[in-house]
Amino acid sequence: MILKDLSLVNFKNYAQFDASFCSRINCFVGNNGMGKTNLLDAIHYLTFCKSYFNPVDSQNISYDESFFVIQGTIEKHHEAIELYCAIKRNQKKVFKRNKKEYEKLSDHIGSFPMVMISPGDSELIAGTSELRRKFVDSIISQYDKVYLDHLIAYTRVVKQRNALLKQFAESKTFDSVTLDIWDDQLALYGSKLLDIRKQFLDQFIPLFNEHYHYISNSRETVNIGYENSLKQRDFKQALIASLPKDRVLQYTGVGPHKDDLDFELNGQELKKFASQGQQKSFLLALKLAQFDFLADKKNMKPLLLLDDVYDKLDEERFTKLIERVSSNQFGQVFITDTHPERMQELFKNKAVECRFFRIESGCLKPEHTPENA
Amino acid sequence: MQLGSKIIEQAVEAFAQLPGVGKKTALRYALHLIKNDEHYAELLQQSIIRLKTELKFCSKCHNVSEQEVCDICLNPVRDQATVCVVQDYRDILAIENTGLYKGLYHVLGGLISPLEGIGPQNLNVETLVLKCGSGGITEVILALNGTMEGETTAFYVFKRLAGFSLKMSTIARGIAVGEELEYTDEVTLGRSITNRIPFSG
Repeated sequence: MILKDLSLVNFKNYAQFDASFCSRINCFVGNNGMGKTNLLDAIHYLTFCKSYFNPVDSQNISYDESFFVIQGTIEKHHEAIELYCAIKRNQKKVFKRNKKEYEKLSDHIGSFPMVMISPGDSELIAGTSELRRKFVDSIISQYDKVYLDHLIAYTRVVKQRNALLKQFAESKTFDSVTLDIWDDQLALYGSKLLDIRKQFLDQFIPLFNEHYHYISNSRETVNIGYENSLKQRDFKQALIASLPKDRVLQYTGVGPHKDDLDFELNGQELKKFASQGQQKSFLLALKLAQFDFLADKKNMKPLLLLDDVYDKLDEERFTKLIERVSSNQFGQVFITDTHPERMQELFKNKAVECRFFRIESGCLKPEHTPENA
Repeated sequence: MQLGSKIIEQAVEAFAQLPGVGKKTALRYALHLIKNDEHYAELLQQSIIRLKTELKFCSKCHNVSEQEVCDICLNPVRDQATVCVVQDYRDILAIENTGLYKGLYHVLGGLISPLEGIGPQNLNVETLVLKCGSGGITEVILALNGTMEGETTAFYVFKRLAGFSLKMSTIARGIAVGEELEYTDEVTLGRSITNRIPFSG
């Protein structure tokens, strides 16, 4: 899958922008605040119907303007598809594919796979377990609609069960028969989620390990563990064991909605014992594994967006990363960097197609391509 | 909303409590009644009062009825040994319109949903258990919504009736008649394949 061209009107700091991209490496270079990341965000809009950074659509319109338009042509399985996204202040988002408006945006999401790597990903390590569950759930949901359906049903059962626990507490009553049917439903959907998550991790972890070893030159060992809140118990037994606590907290304390991923480096907790660079390498490996996974399930190479990846990485690991994404395993890649010379140097001796775009204050400066590229 | 008249305000308040009616629509209703002749207002008043004073719930199946027992339960031609469990009166209308069901009904009056404060004790489950326990019923069909709450309620009813020797079934879920496979959502299609039925040609 390839993004052939992109055109913007009034998007963030771009009054007008038009560019055609090459099928492999595209580098957006320029100083801070010039709008390199905004270009990646525009690509994110085209594939996911929303911004990666700002959930409020209208805040992505240029200051003082009333609308923005993002258009792009994506080539997928040798077919060119025109995408169009427009936001007007106080109006519904308009999203079109080949000039035909979508009835539901959810029909679009997932049909153009993309992986974004940005400095904000560090939350995945530092943040709450909810973010890590969401990481896993969103990857699986992109190719398994049945999983998504189970996830929605399960989330609703948790809400219903919590509401019931609250009622018990308020009325100072308890009815085990009624609770039991919710426990059954929780176990029914929850077990399915656990099975699918386990199958997913069994495939995902080897991909992840391979990327980490490559980037770190096999200096460290890493692992991802699944922390199951059921602790090897039968689902219903775990619910019974947790019941006294659940009744006090009026909240369901065990189940896939409480599970977590354990990130480990050399057998120790990543968050506490790894350096910034090691954490960054870990995140890169996670995202590259996500890429491999989607590529396999969707049977096409997703777009890869790398925002400010040089941040916190040493020269060696950065070079490894660039080598990796230049390999044929990957497809079209978009990279932002503040140092055009560094990028040009890296790609100088590589046989990979590469195009540079110099960005200054929301404008594209004349094309700047290394002589031998 | 300032309406300048206590009488209009009161009417608007009352209309706005109806499902799907907001303050503005309620005001339109009130103005419409003011403009029309008195006869219409009286007719409306009577119909509303009669809904509450003359309509009852069938003592056997909880369907709405003008007598103690509803017409369906009284109909001797209907199969007295089969009971179809539904959420409310509207579902009976829908099934009756198919013309394919000749048994009796049992209206639960809702679905179990703690979020809306509805528990099994708020539904007509006990009378169903009694009905099945007193003999004469051989088959129970669960015709509830395909939502998680519908399935949970079906599960509960199933558990409560588990002690009786009954034939229990639930209505089939899958591809709508006349629908193309291509446009069927993946979850429904997946379930249709898992729960496929023998084809006898």
